[in-house]
Amino acid sequence: MNLAEYKDVYVFAEQRDGKLQNVALELLGKARELADANQEKVVAMLLGKDVKPLAQTLIEHGADKVLVVDNDLLKDYLTEPYTEAITQIITEQKPSIMLIGATTIGRDLGPRVSARNRTGLTADATKLEISDDEAHEFRMTRPAFGGNLMATILCKNHRPQMSTVRPGVMQKMAADASRKGEIVDYKVDFDTKKIARVKLVKTVKEEKTVTDISEAKILVSGGRGVGTKDGFGKLEALAKELGGEVSSSRAMVDAGVMDASRQVGQTGKTVRPALYMACGISGAIQHLAGMEESELIVAINKDKFAPIFQVADLGIVGDLHKIVPMLTERLRTMQK
Amino acid sequence: MNIVVCIKQVPDTTEVKINPVTGTLIREGVPSIMNPDDKGGLEFALQLKDKYGAHVTVITMGLPQAEAILREALAMGVDRAILLTDRRLGGADTLATSSAIAGALRTMDFDLVITGRQAIDGDTAQVGPQIAEHLDLPQVSYMADLQYDEASKTFTVKKQLEDGYQVLEMQAPCVVTALASAVQPRYMTVSGIVTAFDKEVEVWNADRINVPEDHIGKAGSPTSVFKSFPKQLKPAGQTFEVSPEEAVELIVNKLKEKHII
Repeated sequence: MNLAEYKDVYVFAEQRDGKLQNVALELLGKARELADANQEKVVAMLLGKDVKPLAQTLIEHGADKVLVVDNDLLKDYLTEPYTEAITQIITEQKPSIMLIGATTIGRDLGPRVSARNRTGLTADATKLEISDDEAHEFRMTRPAFGGNLMATILCKNHRPQMSTVRPGVMQKMAADASRKGEIVDYKVDFDTKKIARVKLVKTVKEEKTVTDISEAKILVSGGRGVGTKDGFGKLEALAKELGGEVSSSRAMVDAGVMDASRQVGQTGKTVRPALYMACGISGAIQHLAGMEESELIVAINKDKFAPIFQVADLGIVGDLHKIVPMLTERLRTMQK
Repeated sequence: MNIVVCIKQVPDTTEVKINPVTGTLIREGVPSIMNPDDKGGLEFALQLKDKYGAHVTVITMGLPQAEAILREALAMGVDRAILLTDRRLGGADTLATSSAIAGALRTMDFDLVITGRQAIDGDTAQVGPQIAEHLDLPQVSYMADLQYDEASKTFTVKKQLEDGYQVLEMQAPCVVTALASAVQPRYMTVSGIVTAFDKEVEVWNADRINVPEDHIGKAGSPTSVFKSFPKQLKPAGQTFEVSPEEAVELIVNKLKEKHII
């Protein structure tokens, strides 16, 4: 393998029912950064049926070129036709780096593509960088051992250097309507006999009836200081404005104010949201055990000696009943 | 029907601690268990055995002590157990691991291969689909349910997605990767435990699987670990005693800085 032949950063632009997934735009933001570090291009691979109108959005978010593979066989995600399309692109275009969202689709597609092309695949990366030494090495960092350890992975002698990337971690670029890019209709030869081995009977969408707080990216959490159902109403309004969920300390569950399914802590759930807003929670050790790994912790509490402030990135000594509604209102006006 | 279930022995990651000085995993005292998703897959296989009289084989690749999970599988009711162990297979990433296991599977007769979706020590979810690729077989991952039609030798698989599920059909031979949450694994029976230690665990080395040397072990691994380190603890933040108006400003600025809003 002549490594020098391989260049540019390719992104799998995941769409479902003609709707681009957020992670696709997040990957473009990161890909832009990686490509600029190597003076390369960002190429988006857009697979599906009647998806070409989405190409412009990809360009606005950082793609220099969009390869559109439009085919009936790609209408719904299926492992084989998607693997064939990506493999043909790899064979013909020789990408240096390939990023795929670590969704149920990406984590199915990635391994199949990597094995067919005998190259390495890093799973669920949370950090991607080009080393700033002469080597310009592509470094992929991911959590392992249940998040207890981080590992930085290299793929030195194989191309493309593939990684699936955890959704919600990378930053997308602000859309720039003036960005220019090339849109290419890409023809792929499918092996229809091989594709026919798996038949899609149906796809069923499910509304989640029970909220799993451990999956929420943003949690507005309340403790004794919130006090009542009315108090939690204020938290719910804030959570709604932030696009998050409401969770609770054990005290409020024991008091019958909140449902046990929303309890954070040793006897409840362990959560690692991007934002954990602790309102009126003192921060007993059992509670901290369930949330201290959150990426950003903001705490509001009347008692300046509350232990929650020792784990908070930002602590506010004050009355949540005043601050939370004001913050909600402020966010609401910002949206407009 | 012949079913092979691929299982892995893993440290129970909920019990893993990090040495804060050296930044390495403290493995002492951490129990080794059968990977939960693999155990779910094994239960699916045993249910097919109950219904259709399937012959169930388990295979694991690992150190000699991985025999423990094979004994456990025997006690749960599998018919045959294989331990693939060899220094030459060590240091393998997912591609080299899947190449070795696929090599072992190539020497066997099967209608269905079941793996767990992912192992809790690596969480990659790669080995199952990669095995399928090496064997040129169709595969469905994230399997939450499985039905079999004997007449047509067709499997109907429910595949879990973030926002719902798909129902897919495929004919034997094929590969599925199972979710632990989809099924409650059975307990070992008393008689199963007794007989499990009378049964033979076959021990295979790399010569048995007929895979090129440069496709297994370290040499067959495109990826390498550059470094590993414990998750950094963040420094304590600041606490402010300010008016509600100022508090709102501080929070909004922080949320902006961290790209939450």
